[in-house]
Amino acid sequence: MTRQRAVTLTRLAWLLGAIAVLEALCRSGMISPLSLIPPSEMAVALGGMLWSGEMTADMIQTFSTVAIALTLSIVIGLVLGVAVHALPRLSRGLDPLLASYYSIPTFVFYPLFVAIFGLNTIPLIVLGMAFGVPAMMMSTMNGLDRIPRVLLRTAKAHHLGRIRTVALIVLPCAVPYLFTGVKLALAYAFIGIIAGEFILASGGLGHAIAYAYDGFDSRTMYALMLFVLGLVTALNMTLHAWEGRLMRRRIGHD
Amino acid sequence: MIEAPEHHARRGSALDAMVTVVVLLALWQGVYGYVGDAAIAPPLTAVQHLAAMLATASFWDHIMATLTAFAGALALAAVLGTLLGLVFGIRRFAGDVAEPVLAGLYSVPKVTLYPMILLMFGLGMGAKVAFGLIHGVIPITLFTLSAVKAINPVLLRTARALRLSQFETIRTVLAPAVLPEMVTGLRVGFSLTLLGVLIGEMFASQKGLGFLIVNGLSLHNVKQTTAVILMVVLLAIAANGSLLWLDRRLVHRGE
Repeated sequence: MTRQRAVTLTRLAWLLGAIAVLEALCRSGMISPLSLIPPSEMAVALGGMLWSGEMTADMIQTFSTVAIALTLSIVIGLVLGVAVHALPRLSRGLDPLLASYYSIPTFVFYPLFVAIFGLNTIPLIVLGMAFGVPAMMMSTMNGLDRIPRVLLRTAKAHHLGRIRTVALIVLPCAVPYLFTGVKLALAYAFIGIIAGEFILASGGLGHAIAYAYDGFDSRTMYALMLFVLGLVTALNMTLHAWEGRLMRRRIGHD
Repeated sequence: MIEAPEHHARRGSALDAMVTVVVLLALWQGVYGYVGDAAIAPPLTAVQHLAAMLATASFWDHIMATLTAFAGALALAAVLGTLLGLVFGIRRFAGDVAEPVLAGLYSVPKVTLYPMILLMFGLGMGAKVAFGLIHGVIPITLFTLSAVKAINPVLLRTARALRLSQFETIRTVLAPAVLPEMVTGLRVGFSLTLLGVLIGEMFASQKGLGFLIVNGLSLHNVKQTTAVILMVVLLAIAANGSLLWLDRRLVHRGE
């Protein structure tokens, strides 16, 4: 436990030290203010923007797009995962597709999506789902694979119905794996949607960053970057901690 | 004796791959039939247009621009990622300190950092390489790190008992033990590096395949966009396929 604490403290010290060095380099003029502004100024600018409400519309747009993409990824991935898991021949057939799918830079399809759906949130949602759906699908299949046979046989011996088997055995066993899928789907949704907004969109946080870059407004740009990176990091850390708890509980049950 | 089922399995997977390709082509043609000429070119037209573009010198300039940036970024990511992974894997404390930070950076939308990189490196090759590098280096580091951590401690103790020098330990024990995982890390790093380079080209560039895709969209040149996307996908699949093949060979050798 003390080692754990030492690790955490060292990590914190390194991060704070890095920020302090960056701050010093910017303040002393070693790094030109044209390319990077001091971290403290980023934070001040961000506070001002949050307070004045000028980024609220972009925040709402990005978050609602992410929420839609995440929900769709979870539902579609879950359904596909269960369906493919039930059909072993199909899952073997999908192997070559899945093996090369992840190597394809999906973003190159984004202009195509824009041409097909128009310049609105639909292409962004599709982009956000492009990696989320397979991630959720694979996690679902993974979770279903790990259910101990013994438990399913016990369910049969107790004459549990299909719904009760799912509710009492399948779900509790698979939940940690499903959660991993949700975590990945969220990260991919954020990455895809903000990248899409960044390249070509009419609104959203990614678009606001690109817009500020084009207008040489580096205070706004760095404040927005700080916001996006900080928010996504905080979300990921929360989910990661939660996942750790679920996994530990699961191991405890075994 | 073992040949037969192996051969059979390979034929089965070749058939699966063929069925997958046919289904995807049918899907593509179906989307074309639904949305029409204004949004996407049909498979045959895209292939013909790609062939025509491949015959021009300027298209090769764009391909080379992308490939040069990609190769540079990947080489840097591989060297840096492997070194960092080895250091963090051997020094457990440093590894425990760094791993969550790296994992956090891995799942953050790094696109937002691109303007900063542009401000630092200016428009051009340097920014593309740097952007590809920050995408690719993290997974390579993480995979190498976990491979080193997972090494059977008996192997390292044996190396110590045999009084191998640090260099000899790395060469004869560490490197062979982590090689398969490193190839996997390289595969993930490879696709993310390519992604980084292409996003960089799509956002702000005058050259490269990513530029051609966005350029085709703004000129309403649907054939160009579709053909270049096809080219990128084929490139990615070919490279991934060869790394997978390498992966399988190394893993089999290890067993």
